[in-house]
Amino acid sequence: MRRILLPLLPLALLAVLLVVITRWGPAEALRGDGYPPIERLSFQRVTLEPGFIVASMFNDGPDAVTIAQVQIDDAFWMFTADAGVALGHLGRTTLRIPYPWVHGETHLVKVLTSTGTVFEHEIAVAVETPTPSMRFLGIFTVIGLYVGVIPVAIGLLWFPFLTRLTPRAMSFLLALTVGLLAFLLVDGTDEGLEAASLLPGSYQGVVLFVLAAAGAYLVLEGIGGWLRSRGRGTDEGRSGWILAIMVAVGIGLHNFGEGLAIGSAFALGEAALGTLLIVGFALHNTTEGLAIVAPLARDRQRPSVADLARLGVIGGVPTVAGAWIGGFVYSPVWAVLFLAVGVGAIAQVIGQIVRHMNHEAVAGRVLASRPVLGGLLAGFVVMYVTGMLVG
Amino acid sequence: MSKFTRRSWLRATGLASLAGSIGAARQLAGQGTLSGAMAHGAHAMGTVGLTAPDPFNASVFLRSWNFSELPPAERAKFYRETPRPDGTTLREYEIFATDREIEIAPGIFFPAWTYNGQVPGPTIRATEGDRLRITFRNLGTHPHSMHFHGWHPPAMDGALAGQEVQPGETFVYEFDADPFGLHLYHCHTVPLKRHIHKGLYGTFIVDPSAASGSRPPADELVMVMNAFDTTFDAENEVYAVNTVANAYMHEPVRVTVGQLVRIYLVNVTEFDPINSLHLHSMFFDAYRTGTSLTPSDHTDTIMLCQGERAILEMTFRYPGDFMFHAHQSEFAELGWMGLFRAEAPRS
Repeated sequence: MRRILLPLLPLALLAVLLVVITRWGPAEALRGDGYPPIERLSFQRVTLEPGFIVASMFNDGPDAVTIAQVQIDDAFWMFTADAGVALGHLGRTTLRIPYPWVHGETHLVKVLTSTGTVFEHEIAVAVETPTPSMRFLGIFTVIGLYVGVIPVAIGLLWFPFLTRLTPRAMSFLLALTVGLLAFLLVDGTDEGLEAASLLPGSYQGVVLFVLAAAGAYLVLEGIGGWLRSRGRGTDEGRSGWILAIMVAVGIGLHNFGEGLAIGSAFALGEAALGTLLIVGFALHNTTEGLAIVAPLARDRQRPSVADLARLGVIGGVPTVAGAWIGGFVYSPVWAVLFLAVGVGAIAQVIGQIVRHMNHEAVAGRVLASRPVLGGLLAGFVVMYVTGMLVG
Repeated sequence: MSKFTRRSWLRATGLASLAGSIGAARQLAGQGTLSGAMAHGAHAMGTVGLTAPDPFNASVFLRSWNFSELPPAERAKFYRETPRPDGTTLREYEIFATDREIEIAPGIFFPAWTYNGQVPGPTIRATEGDRLRITFRNLGTHPHSMHFHGWHPPAMDGALAGQEVQPGETFVYEFDADPFGLHLYHCHTVPLKRHIHKGLYGTFIVDPSAASGSRPPADELVMVMNAFDTTFDAENEVYAVNTVANAYMHEPVRVTVGQLVRIYLVNVTEFDPINSLHLHSMFFDAYRTGTSLTPSDHTDTIMLCQGERAILEMTFRYPGDFMFHAHQSEFAELGWMGLFRAEAPRS
């Protein structure tokens, strides 16, 4: 009996405390009468259909919010709300606004609540939101191929050249890979945190990002360990092969996030700005192919063309999938999660390569050697310069 | 044995959520759904739904002065006329300042400071030479005052240091109505911008005395161009004549073809340097400040800065709908747009 009561007692007391707080809340005493409610309304997704702006709204605040009017480009405009205009805490509704938006121009959507509070969303460049049609599926596939699959495949073609390098040059090369990945790590973290900051407060974007990244890291660490333990004792060169797969997986996850970002940018009209973005990503991602094959070259592996193709698929094809998802069902929460998974994966891969490099020596000494330092620096510079093209 | 099985519970909650969605649908219907608005051939541009007719009805305000909208017994509490030996009239008013939430567009509520619970405040109308005695009670939470445009001694200005009326206190403004014309009154307590844009202003009409001449009989309308900054960032979100955005779009101002219409137009818009009125398909005579019986302009568009006002006179030639709005398109689309509906005279 005691064993049941003891854990329940604190819970019961907590329940009493909650009742006391909600009944005689100290916050209410401070706010007093006539204090305006705390209104927070966020735009979940704004899409454009011919002659219509469609905005899904989400009440992210503690108090109820009633949507009273809508202004587009500083003009009151008619609208309908599919789930009503009174939104409780975490309530949602979708506003359909019959507005003659102009292709390629900027529009400002304002939602006014019953207290006159204004929530704004800017449509930077108005383009029709893609619906899952064959045409858009085709466009996103081509973008994914250009940005992810083809550049990675081109990078893989360096393999025959890499196998002829001296061990010293190989150290440089692996370090170069680490430099490339370190750049992606920082870049992905930056992008993920930025996306996290745009999420409604109750999603706690930064926490979500960090936990998802750490989770991805640990899961991949587990998979890597499992692969190594299975391969132990069979073939000495296998560790290079496993490492190459892990790098490909890490880069693939990163590219998925990248595809998501590109697809959603096109969907939101923000990438209607030109092909420079695609050119930039293509150059940028060629180096990822190099990163995948470097461990194989170091271990003097002789993978078949099919093996190389498989690595290319793992590293590149997720870009296509990401572009599809980003283009059709973009949601900022998924963007944060996938960017986080990409970051976790890359961190894990960097750890793997560093371990691989220092099988025979102390980590610090390996890192401080001249070819390694040069490689790290070169990797970072290559990414930085090609990254400039992406903007 | 309870009949309240799991199944019936599910059904009950299912019904509850269904009822909830019906409630939401009804609320939207009250807001005037898009299809409804479209069916009536209205623009897709404009506010959705209607404001409550009480306590402030923009259509009633249009043709009210000296509390004429109230039944006699009620009116006597706020307004009394006493003839004076010299033929002029003593006009006594009871005005109070009070904090009140007002509906400025359907569903949008603004924490206003008001004269007698309404924005604009009650229209005060006298004849040149009349004596005005205005008992002003501050029932609000901040100091306020009444500052009249027109001739008066400095002690009655309501704007000088120490002339603020503290909450709970009373002051009696007393002066003669002079000169004839269209004037205004407003709170002159600092910070001025806030006291004005929160709603403390009203129209003050002085009709010419017999000695000065007279204006021909007309269908008279009071229009105050105002705006509201609901986010308190010194920029207006909602524009209107007589407070309610698009009020006269939903309920056009009814006038008669061939009958003279006179508009008392006052601009109190805060934050924007000017406001304007443009009337479609016709022209009007404008009497700036109303201090002359000779028109100063014959036009279809008039521009006024804050505190400026003009009397407009027009006669509708054709029956039908006539749009009127600010000729700053931005203000027009943010609520300052309405319709006149001219009808043939009843024979």
